[in-house]
Amino acid sequence: MVNAIEMAIDERGGKAGNVNIEYESQDSATAQAGQWDEAKCAENAQTAAQDEEIVGWIGPFNSGCAVVEIPILNEAGLGMISPANTYIGLTKPGGEPDEPEKYYPTGERNYTRVIVADDEQGQAGALLMEEKGVESVYILDDKETYGKGLADQVQQSADELGIQVIGREGVDTTAANFRSVMNKIAQEDPDAIYFGGIIENNAAQLVKDKLGAGMSNDDILFIGPDGIFLDEFLSQGGEAAEGAYITFGGLPESELSAKGKQFVQEYESRYDDEVQPYTAYAYEAANVMLDAIERASKDGEVTRETVLKEIFATEDYNGLLGTWSFDEDGDTTLTELSVQQVENGEFEYQRTIDAGEM
Amino acid sequence: MTTGEATKTRSAAVIDGIKSSTWSSRIAVALTALLLVMLLVRAVQEPALFTSQLLIGLTNGAILSLIALGYTLVYGIIELINFAHGDNFMIGSFVGLTVLSGTIFGLGLFAPITINSGAPLRVFGVLIALFVAMAACGLLNVGIERVAYKPLRNAPRLAVLITAIGMSFILQNVGLVWKGPIQVPFPELISSANILPSDAIIFRWKDLFVVLVTVPLLVALSYFIASTKQGKAMRAVAQDKDAAAMVGINVNRTISITFLLGGILAGASGVMYGLFNGITIFNVGFTQGLYAFTAAVLGGIGNLTGAVVGGLLIGVISAMSDQYIGTSWTPIVIFSVLILVLVFRPRGLLGDRSAVQGGGE
Repeated sequence: MVNAIEMAIDERGGKAGNVNIEYESQDSATAQAGQWDEAKCAENAQTAAQDEEIVGWIGPFNSGCAVVEIPILNEAGLGMISPANTYIGLTKPGGEPDEPEKYYPTGERNYTRVIVADDEQGQAGALLMEEKGVESVYILDDKETYGKGLADQVQQSADELGIQVIGREGVDTTAANFRSVMNKIAQEDPDAIYFGGIIENNAAQLVKDKLGAGMSNDDILFIGPDGIFLDEFLSQGGEAAEGAYITFGGLPESELSAKGKQFVQEYESRYDDEVQPYTAYAYEAANVMLDAIERASKDGEVTRETVLKEIFATEDYNGLLGTWSFDEDGDTTLTELSVQQVENGEFEYQRTIDAGEM
Repeated sequence: MTTGEATKTRSAAVIDGIKSSTWSSRIAVALTALLLVMLLVRAVQEPALFTSQLLIGLTNGAILSLIALGYTLVYGIIELINFAHGDNFMIGSFVGLTVLSGTIFGLGLFAPITINSGAPLRVFGVLIALFVAMAACGLLNVGIERVAYKPLRNAPRLAVLITAIGMSFILQNVGLVWKGPIQVPFPELISSANILPSDAIIFRWKDLFVVLVTVPLLVALSYFIASTKQGKAMRAVAQDKDAAAMVGINVNRTISITFLLGGILAGASGVMYGLFNGITIFNVGFTQGLYAFTAAVLGGIGNLTGAVVGGLLIGVISAMSDQYIGTSWTPIVIFSVLILVLVFRPRGLLGDRSAVQGGGE
């Protein structure tokens, strides 16, 4: 993601309009936690809030991190564009009762995202199940903002489509394995198991133990979200990952517009790195931010206020993902999601689901 | 009619015991009995499911027990909670993984041993991984004791505790640099197929493997402590360091050997954890170490049998809680049990330090 953002800046010669751009990347993970860490997220946001030179913020990657960062940056009036947060409550009602208002203490919105939110990803998961003839599903989550929020959306959509939700549990992600949970689920005999969560919370162990309890991915579908749409899921899961379905709040690089394909080629020739699902989204976010800064500089002074105004004014942006705008909540107007299945140790694109049609 | 009289006095003693017991302990006994009856009812209703869950609990618990033994051994002898022990366990699993990959210190010694290797090679791979990890972790644990604990032997207890936490962080970061921040897969060398003919009860080759490694280790450990000269020395040092030194026992060497034993167990359980679950991660020592430490306290810290009982109990409790209560509640159930046990039996189920010190409560 950092490479993609740097590439976007380099392509403009380090300038947006007549302003020189400096970019600094911050890591929201700590070595100790092994994944994103609330305290670290807050620290990053505080640092940026106090530095007057900073007029825009790209990120964060994880929704749980966004929950911490948005209020801090909101008070600082700093505009944010996230390439990856899909948790619904960040921008619109549907999560906890006091969301999304509690993230915006000033009452003014400052947060946008270029990816499709989880209400639509949840619908896509449920639509996929309906299409595959699933009549009953067991839903698990990892008890985090993103995972639980998404699992809630799937549950709601499944109810609407008449798919029976047999059980709903948050798993203990510190457990050595999930064998007893899977053994219990096997007795209930659902047609599918949905896991709302991220790869760091041991999703590969979950699918291994699913097979260990005698539930093959052919008989009982395993469906997961974009949180496990990473190559690590394939390497850790091995044979057990074969046949698993994964929804993604966007399109993989093979399905992007002509512009998108060009980006993939340029990126891979430039960096010794393969394009991951979010790379294109990071690039898109960076370009939207740079455009906003450029427009602000044309109109006058580049301040946090003018940049923020210009971010929300993004309309009919013609980028890698297609032509889209931000709505008043800061969400993209795109509604296309994709479904992939693991085949021979690779994520294979299956089809596109337009959640806007549901 | 002497037997009749004996029964009578025994029953009288039981009644006396009940009369003199406090209300709180009566409630505790009643609660435990109620829980056991509820479990028994479930067991009768769905015997196959219950047995499967019990087996899952016991195998998960067996791995915890081996880690718990490391905590308890060290506590028994120098009254230190060795926080680095869980991370030593993690290093054990990483050493095993490295041995199986065939590439050690950048040198490709042999082709990786994977699921596709022949059966004899896989058995050899498992044995060599276990052996190397046990040796490496044993020596590592001795080294940690030399560097971080020995110089502080007469310092306040808190100072050693802090160095233990420091060692834990150091090892965790070594693991992080070594294998990266995300879960790493272990080769599936042991079949996940069911041994039993019917599908109702699942007991896999992997489960058998855990039993085959754990039981001999436990037997060997208890033989070592109960019947060898060095084991006797360990018990003596645990009872009284100064008196042991006075009768000519080399206290430093005895403590080193205790750490060596703890490290060996950590290495074995690390490799076993990896082969059993198929995944390991640099902070596995923290998460599993926490449960193992809980197991040691539950059974009575310092008490070797207690650590095994505590480990198995935690394994079974979590499996039963996953089945009958809900997996979201499992950590709460485990720690509620711990709190309840400590309220009624502050020294743990079997009493602390009895096995090593030769005395009970």
